[in-house]
Amino acid sequence: MNYERIKEKLNILADAAKYDVSCSSSGSNRKNKTNGLGNAEGIGICHSYTPDGRCVSLLKILLTNYCIYDCAYCVTRISNDIKRAAFKVQEVVDLTINFYRRNYIEGLFLSSGIFKSPDHTMERLIQVAKKLRLEENFNGYIHLKSIPGASDELMYEAGLYADRLSVNIEIPTKEGLKLLAPDKNRKDFLQPMNKVKNEIQKYKSERKLIKSTPKYAPAGQSTQMIVGATNETDAEVMYTATYLYKKYNMKRVYYSGYIPISYDSRLPAIGTEVPMLRENRLYQTDWLLRFYGFSIEELLNKNHPNLDSDIDPKLSWALRNLHHFPIDINKSDKQLLARVPGLGMKSVYKILHGRKYRKLNWEHLQKMGVALNRAKYFITCDSRNFETKDYTPAQIKYKILSTSQTKYKNTLSQQLNLFG
Amino acid sequence: MTYFLYDGSFEGLLTSIFEIYEYKLDKVSICKISTYEKGFFNKEIEVITQQEKSTRLQKGIIKMGSALDFSQIYRAFLSELKGVEDLILNYTQYLFTEKRSVAKDYANKHVLEISQIVKKIGREKHRMDAFVRFRLTKDNIYFATVAPDFNVLPLNEVHFRKRYADQKWCIYDLKRNYGIFYDLHKTEIISLDLPTNILSSSEEFFKPEELHFQQLWKNYFKSTTISSRINKKLHQQHVPKRYWKYLSEKYLQV
Repeated sequence: MNYERIKEKLNILADAAKYDVSCSSSGSNRKNKTNGLGNAEGIGICHSYTPDGRCVSLLKILLTNYCIYDCAYCVTRISNDIKRAAFKVQEVVDLTINFYRRNYIEGLFLSSGIFKSPDHTMERLIQVAKKLRLEENFNGYIHLKSIPGASDELMYEAGLYADRLSVNIEIPTKEGLKLLAPDKNRKDFLQPMNKVKNEIQKYKSERKLIKSTPKYAPAGQSTQMIVGATNETDAEVMYTATYLYKKYNMKRVYYSGYIPISYDSRLPAIGTEVPMLRENRLYQTDWLLRFYGFSIEELLNKNHPNLDSDIDPKLSWALRNLHHFPIDINKSDKQLLARVPGLGMKSVYKILHGRKYRKLNWEHLQKMGVALNRAKYFITCDSRNFETKDYTPAQIKYKILSTSQTKYKNTLSQQLNLFG
Repeated sequence: MTYFLYDGSFEGLLTSIFEIYEYKLDKVSICKISTYEKGFFNKEIEVITQQEKSTRLQKGIIKMGSALDFSQIYRAFLSELKGVEDLILNYTQYLFTEKRSVAKDYANKHVLEISQIVKKIGREKHRMDAFVRFRLTKDNIYFATVAPDFNVLPLNEVHFRKRYADQKWCIYDLKRNYGIFYDLHKTEIISLDLPTNILSSSEEFFKPEELHFQQLWKNYFKSTTISSRINKKLHQQHVPKRYWKYLSEKYLQV
């Protein structure tokens, strides 16, 4: 192994792959049955965290950053003057195995620039996965990128070796895509997504009849949208996400605040701040939709097309719907409890279990870790002391904001200056 | 106050609790014999660990409560925190008065405290799953040194055995001076006299390619960082400084 050469390639191709947000290694069920290497059952593990605070779980690299496309938002676009490199299939296999054996990673996340043709590229990605599975007896996690425009046959084969497949739709709106990636077509993104969804469903129903049915992409599909590159609203982003969750059974939709990498006048200029607060609010909304029983219409709609930046989306919803509150913590069911600002799902479960033994009061709730500074305006419990005054939404918001701290203080005060 | 002094083993702790019930004593405290400080008015009972008593109590806890109650107790024990023995005693006593599982009675003081300790244990166990960095020795053993806050290696064993079934490995706890060694067939507990320079991957013990892979890993770590999103505080929250000396991506110089 020529370590110097590999090092150089690794630097270029890891750097180019880092804008893909997904690093999840969970959700698969691939067990190490053959006394081979690796085990991808159960929860994911973050083996390290980069100085930007992001998890490092997989060896995330491009096979190559040569690309025939010229998408304005992408660093590897053909018109960008950067160093190019390409890994050989065996080099990726060796790196993955050696990193995995040392417990650096949970597996491989392999993406690529598109060279020659989508099929040609997809074929190479599959070769790597196949080699890992069949020659190295590797049972760790493999995440492959579905290359937009790849044929159905190849997408079928990819799912036989990968745990997860993903294709990034990148731009949330059709108009945005036309503006920034004129040679790409939305259909090219959706076709592989659709093929993989159908195969997953087929394999699942077959498995019900024949237990020995092989695995097909057991960790499902994910996708990613860039936010802040075009002037889309939060509603547009989240309605697209909801559509993808429903229509294609996405396991995850990721939101990636646009990082300025180009002087292209169609895009935010270099030096523009990465919209991290907005990204955070979108993820909060995503969680409310997937785990808290909210529907998208409740959180974002015509009257309310963008999320509040100074308060979280659940609190924002509660303030618009004060007539649902206060609720009794000792009687309300799970769905209602989950809607109380300041109660996360962990607190909800603690309350549900704890109240079987005794009625809960303020002290119990506080010790369990409930954020009472927010929750107290929306609940009653086993105590005669509770907020009896009828506050207006604005009053509650003011009271909560004045007793809480935010790491986004700078961002928020700048925005106030802008609008105030 | 009567002090029950046990040998520091989990079975010893269970034997102590069993005997407290046997002698029908109250106003008691359980201490490790090695850390016990003699007091003038203290009454002491030295407990001799008995497998039979320990197993009976274990069965009793699981039967009266549930397997979860027992696992909470075991995990809390691994914390080695001062006074955890008395907390476990309180928990057990509460369980036997309630005559049902109390593991989720979060409004009870003792239960909540145990569950908070267990959460810390779980976090530390998970950290070890993540932060173990194997280095390949000359005799083909993937060797890692760690120093976890709590004694969690017994909890990590299964995870590593499932994952690295086809390689010899050893994870060594420098703080407690013991390790788990897997020889391709079974795991065993070992104690070693390690050289003082074990943290540097000198070619005296490790394969020449070992450092190359650490360098590659460090390089990858650097390249995958997005500098316009730097968030040092979050980084340190996830990877606290005390673990850095075992993580090649943090200590290696490029």
